[in-house]
Amino acid sequence: MSVHSISLQVNGQPRSVAGLPAATWLVDLLRDHLGLTGSHVGCDTAQCGACTVLLDGRAVKACNLLALQAEGAAVETVEGLASAQAWHPLQLAFSQQHALQCGFCTPGLLMRAEAMRRERHPADPLQVRQALAGNLCRCTGYQGIVDAVCQVLAADQAGTQPG
Amino acid sequence: MQDFDFIRADSIAHAVALLRDGSDSRLLAGGQSLLAAIKLGLMSPARLIDLSRLPALQAVHSGGDGGLTVGAMARHATLARHPALQQHCPGLARLAGGIADAQVRERGTVGGSAANADPSACWPAGLLALGAVLQTDRRPIGADDFFTGLFSTALAPDEVLCSLHLPRPRRLAYLKFEQPASRFALVGVAVAQFDDCVRVAVTGTAAGVLRLPAFERALGRRFEPAALAGLRLDPALMSSDLHAGADYRAHLAAVAVRRAVLAALGGVEAVAGARA
Repeated sequence: MSVHSISLQVNGQPRSVAGLPAATWLVDLLRDHLGLTGSHVGCDTAQCGACTVLLDGRAVKACNLLALQAEGAAVETVEGLASAQAWHPLQLAFSQQHALQCGFCTPGLLMRAEAMRRERHPADPLQVRQALAGNLCRCTGYQGIVDAVCQVLAADQAGTQPG
Repeated sequence: MQDFDFIRADSIAHAVALLRDGSDSRLLAGGQSLLAAIKLGLMSPARLIDLSRLPALQAVHSGGDGGLTVGAMARHATLARHPALQQHCPGLARLAGGIADAQVRERGTVGGSAANADPSACWPAGLLALGAVLQTDRRPIGADDFFTGLFSTALAPDEVLCSLHLPRPRRLAYLKFEQPASRFALVGVAVAQFDDCVRVAVTGTAAGVLRLPAFERALGRRFEPAALAGLRLDPALMSSDLHAGADYRAHLAAVAVRRAVLAALGGVEAVAGARA
């Protein structure tokens, strides 16, 4: 077994881990080595999206990515969304629109939705559904999630909400 | 628990040398198929050779002959939104934008998909219909010679796919019926019309991506859905599993060719009921 050292940025902070086996998934680096347990492991086969994080600003599935592939990259997880003072607009919208029940899929959906904000994705319900196709929710039937994401995308585009 | 070593290639020559040093190695592109296969125990290479730090494999540039060259490590999402590809062959940009889901598209690469040659993948159909030329570290390989069967290509064990040269068709459209859980294509069809010929390629087959010569000849005479009246696919060509039997896939493929022709003529808006 080969072990490696890795340096990357996580939620704006430089982090380094030594003695990492090559066969370490990014989500396990985050959860087991860095204590960031907000990114969830659902299917563990890149289907459900509960492990979604941002890698250099793009949403990716951290269960299907080696930690070593993130060497030098900027990783953002759900723990980095809210400021100390206030909820993130997506978190507020998910709460207002009843976009979760058990909450297991929520961190991944929030991160995918945050990537969609940065992509300036249209606030169109059908296109939002297609853009969320990589995130599965077993509780809500998606309507509340689509409403919440559309609400934030529309507010972004109207400029009525701080980024 | 999987166990393997990991090494970053710092040049194409380095990658080739690593492939030749006797270790059981696999090239790691985006990893969206390879890493999943390792996790599921379908593969257990001793070492992964990461190609992600080679900028030469990511470039997209126009060729002198009106073609477009894309690096093998260009990601699906990058290509889907790339102005040069959108301008050169919008149907292929749409193909890239319809693969799997957004997160997978941010990691998966065109070269990785071609080299993996999954019989249900989208890129092989698009590349074969287009007659793309796949350039390795040592030679160009035409798409007709590159795809040799189920998860099988003409690449030698120590050969590295570097870039893909895409001719410019008059029109190209790709249309697939998705397996709803995996979003792989049950059947996918790419139709490309050139000044002197039409090429049709189909995924969802038993032995990897295939061309459909009878459909090509009919469309070469008249490029419209009506030209395909009466043409059928032999179900023996198609794969069969719990998601769809071979006869159903053969039927879907013939429908998909017609719809792809419509899409090529009128844009995807002309086609309802399936994603283009």
